[in-house]
Amino acid sequence: MEKREQILRLLERDAKMEAEQLAVMVDMKTEEVEAIIKEFERNGTIVCRKTVIDWEKTDYEQVSALIELRVTPQMGEGFDKVAKRVMQYPEVRSTYLMSGGFDLMVIVEGMTMKEVALFVANCLAPMDEVISTATHFVLKKYKQEGVVFGADHKDERRVITL
Amino acid sequence: MSQFSMESRISSKVTNLPPSGIRKFFDIVAEMKDAISLGVGEPDFVTPWHIRQAGIFSLERGHTYYTSNAGFMELRKEICNYLNRRFELSYNPKTQTVVTVGGSEAIDLCVRAIVEPGDEVLVPEPCFVCYSPIVTLAGGVPVPIVTKAEDQFKVTPQQLKAAITPRTKMLVLPFPNNPTGAVMERKDLEAIAEVLRGTDIVVLSDEIYAELTYGNKHVSIASIDGMYERTVLVSGFSKAYAMTGWRLGYACGDEAVISAMTKVHQYAIMSAPTTSQHAAAEALRNGDNDIQMMKSEYNYRRRVILDGVRDMGLDCFEPLGAFYIFPSIQRTGMNSVEFCNQLLEDQKVAVVPGDAFGASGEGFIRCSYAYSIEKINEALNRMEHFVKKHI
Repeated sequence: MEKREQILRLLERDAKMEAEQLAVMVDMKTEEVEAIIKEFERNGTIVCRKTVIDWEKTDYEQVSALIELRVTPQMGEGFDKVAKRVMQYPEVRSTYLMSGGFDLMVIVEGMTMKEVALFVANCLAPMDEVISTATHFVLKKYKQEGVVFGADHKDERRVITL
Repeated sequence: MSQFSMESRISSKVTNLPPSGIRKFFDIVAEMKDAISLGVGEPDFVTPWHIRQAGIFSLERGHTYYTSNAGFMELRKEICNYLNRRFELSYNPKTQTVVTVGGSEAIDLCVRAIVEPGDEVLVPEPCFVCYSPIVTLAGGVPVPIVTKAEDQFKVTPQQLKAAITPRTKMLVLPFPNNPTGAVMERKDLEAIAEVLRGTDIVVLSDEIYAELTYGNKHVSIASIDGMYERTVLVSGFSKAYAMTGWRLGYACGDEAVISAMTKVHQYAIMSAPTTSQHAAAEALRNGDNDIQMMKSEYNYRRRVILDGVRDMGLDCFEPLGAFYIFPSIQRTGMNSVEFCNQLLEDQKVAVVPGDAFGASGEGFIRCSYAYSIEKINEALNRMEHFVKKHI
């Protein structure tokens, strides 16, 4: 794998990894790695750095829902126009164009179930291009962003083996 | 009538085998809370899911019987395809391949099939601990070849030439090496082959770490001109596919030796575990990407740990294979055991004293990097505190 790709993949896994450590891992100079990261930030490849949180471990309420939208594509703009409108809502965390039985997958987070239901009823369903919606609430998260939630990370190996 | 004593009935060959050099150390580490161990000789990865799944499916389908002694044919074919694909080696799955309980059994079988009482077996040291006891149990005489840091812990042709006597029957070539991380490149093997040509010496090439090399691709001595016929290639699934607990290995070589090894195997073992064999076939068919993923992770860690031990002032040659580094601790003025005991007591970090891998390992320690980067960083920080006090 090319070194620039290695840097991206390592940062995707651990956003806190410092350039000095990355430099050792990919066998480059720290300044070179810093320059590459800056370039990725400047050209928008590295969009932002976020933290994966297992909200189940907190006392805070957090609801996630996957909303399937079937929409009518617009002449000359396909699904982009409606997707761009949908993603304007701050409640929407992700929007994807999908293959298969529906068109747009909208992921909504951070509200109560009632608020999500009202958001769909008041904001998404009435849109002219939207033919139908189907809302699926996430009941439990097992894995997110490649990270397994609630996994027991105990090292089962014998402490010393030759 | 005197009381029966089982102890007195134990074979003197077994009684006289040296006990494990790290038994006491192991017990201390196992009891110590918050200790970080860099002493593990197996991957930290869990066996990739598709391989585990193949094992599960085989159980679901009721594949719970013995396989043929040499292993089920589909697996033997996959082993031969793999060796051909990866290392340009050609073996017949029917006559030149036997599936064993780990690489260790393959080593044992090979030695038992070849070595007669009084035969000398050349064993490069430092090395994994099994070769000499197995040779001794077979009635042979292990003859160490001491590899050196200044030679990157490779066997040199001069050393080999000097060690050969009329009684020499076998040369063990354990590369990539545990504990040093040394590899033998093609040119190194060519030089060894040059010495071996014209002799009757059999080569037991333990290539269990063959997939874990970080410079050039691994070369088997079996692929060097004139070495194929005399080489028994031993390998397995433990290291490349993170399958240590499945206990599955294999040996490939000349029909005569594989037939002899299979004969011993059928009496001692019958056949390797069936579930493991089905999982291993899946590993060979679809596991190349898993190997690449794990190898790339090990390589990151290798660089971090090498950089770390050098930064703290220890001399260490760059290991290009396996998942160990073997730094010298001579600058601390301590011997290996003292260093390891004091490091454990002072900083709760466990590493393995080099002399556990043969007397020539004295003055060195083995640190495994089959750990997460976070663990390695924490261990390095603690080691640095300790080493800085003693240099």
